[in-house]
Amino acid sequence: MPDPALSENVLGSLAVSLRGATKRYDNGLLALGPLDLDVRQGEFVSLLGPSGCGKSTALRLIAGLTTPTSGTVHVSRRNSQTRAGRDIGFVFQEPTLMPWASVRENVRLPLKLAHTPPPEANARVDQALAQVGLGEFAGAFPRELSGGMKMRVSLARALVTDPDILLMDEPFAALDEITRFRLNNDLLKLWRDLRKTVIFVTHSVFESVYLSQRVIVMTARPGRIAAEFRIDAPQPRQEDFRTSVEYAGYCRIVSNALAPLHQGQPV
Amino acid sequence: MSSPRTPPASTTGQVAPDRSTVSGSLGLVRILLPIVVLAAGIAAWSLVVRINDIPPYVLPGPQAVFETLLRDWPILSQSLVTTLLTTLEGFVAAAVGGILLALLFNQSKWLEYSLFPYAVILQVTPVIAIAPLLLIYLPQHTAVIVCAWIVGFFPVLSNTTLGLNSVDRNLAGLFQLYGASRLQTLRYLKLPAALPFILGGLRIAGGLSLIGAVVAEIAAGSAGAGSGLAYRIAESGYRLNIPRMFAALLLLSAAGIVIYGLLALVSHLILRRWHESALRKEN
Repeated sequence: MPDPALSENVLGSLAVSLRGATKRYDNGLLALGPLDLDVRQGEFVSLLGPSGCGKSTALRLIAGLTTPTSGTVHVSRRNSQTRAGRDIGFVFQEPTLMPWASVRENVRLPLKLAHTPPPEANARVDQALAQVGLGEFAGAFPRELSGGMKMRVSLARALVTDPDILLMDEPFAALDEITRFRLNNDLLKLWRDLRKTVIFVTHSVFESVYLSQRVIVMTARPGRIAAEFRIDAPQPRQEDFRTSVEYAGYCRIVSNALAPLHQGQPV
Repeated sequence: MSSPRTPPASTTGQVAPDRSTVSGSLGLVRILLPIVVLAAGIAAWSLVVRINDIPPYVLPGPQAVFETLLRDWPILSQSLVTTLLTTLEGFVAAAVGGILLALLFNQSKWLEYSLFPYAVILQVTPVIAIAPLLLIYLPQHTAVIVCAWIVGFFPVLSNTTLGLNSVDRNLAGLFQLYGASRLQTLRYLKLPAALPFILGGLRIAGGLSLIGAVVAEIAAGSAGAGSGLAYRIAESGYRLNIPRMFAALLLLSAAGIVIYGLLALVSHLILRRWHESALRKEN
């Protein structure tokens, strides 16, 4: 690769690379950056920061839902001819399901938009629903499901195109703790099995440490990288990791890095 | 219920009836009460006419109206069919026109800014004042349908516009992420999201189309060529055939109720699986 900044990375090829990316809103407010961020293929990275620090904006830049005001966003694609969506799965903070369509139709949506032939689409929808443990609920409507199940449908929809990169924008923030822990575990298992690149936005120190290989702490507006921590605890991480001394130690370090950044900020 | 708050055993049977019975009898009451009011109203009407010995050309009693309805049924039923057909044509025109205009406005802001004020002007100008003009320039049948369309299309247009603009922003982002075309976004996202709003607009338009048809018929009736129910009312008025006026009015009311009921039913059937408005209340 010609870019010298990229050649430093010897651990694996890059899935996502941001260089000096900024985002300024129409009202002149600088929301993000400049931001330099490299994510390796197959890596699980968390962006950690309080609400309004530009984490979601960073995710939307990577997804191509918005363009950077300056700087570059590079996302590696299996095939440069394919359209944006097929290589990226996006999970929003809300389940963002179509209330008028069944679970099956909601998950099928990305394939339908890409004109995938029905037999192939059916098989992939079934597979995605099985991956999130919702095979029996294919005919249900979103309103008939619990909050956790709706989030699983949203996850299945993101997985159905078999994307390389999974972008998750505080997906479990609105769920109760018990459901969140279960979904954390299921997500980790999916990540280990499918080896996708995951960029996970959260405002929870505990969630970021539990899930990630790398936690990136961001400053308040405009969002920049303040600190970066490698969480070297081995996989597979399970419930016993949550109560381990090692986990508590990582959480303390990350919390200490986060706390001074936002003192004096209006909340 | 905790034990200290439990009332004495002798009264529990009376104060705490089964919940389903309560809602069941409440439903029955909601049907029965209007019927009782109707019966009382008819009885009072009949009584007033009889006691004061009012002649039928001033105020016919309910029995006289009912007899006229049966005796004149061949004429009245034909008029009913004419009016209903006009209403249907006007309604279909209003539905198609309203939805298509809203779709056009949604695709092009320029078109919306240029035309929307005129849609409002058409709506706020009383149709009764436009009808005589339309009858001058258009064939009568067309003029009547145009009247029904004018009063009916605006609620469809404004509701559909509202619905198309109420799409969940994250869902719109998702469609963008997956590279959906404009047509795909319209078909799979905007139209389904707007459906409850469109159906609400259609429910209003149904009743308004009937009003539009009646107004146009009355305006045309004085020109002497109509045969709908409203024309019958006008004609019977000139002939002092008051019982027939009432009978025709009765039919018009019934037609309006049936139109509203049918549209509400269709709306409920379409939305019952997913939209809040059509769901039963949780206990």
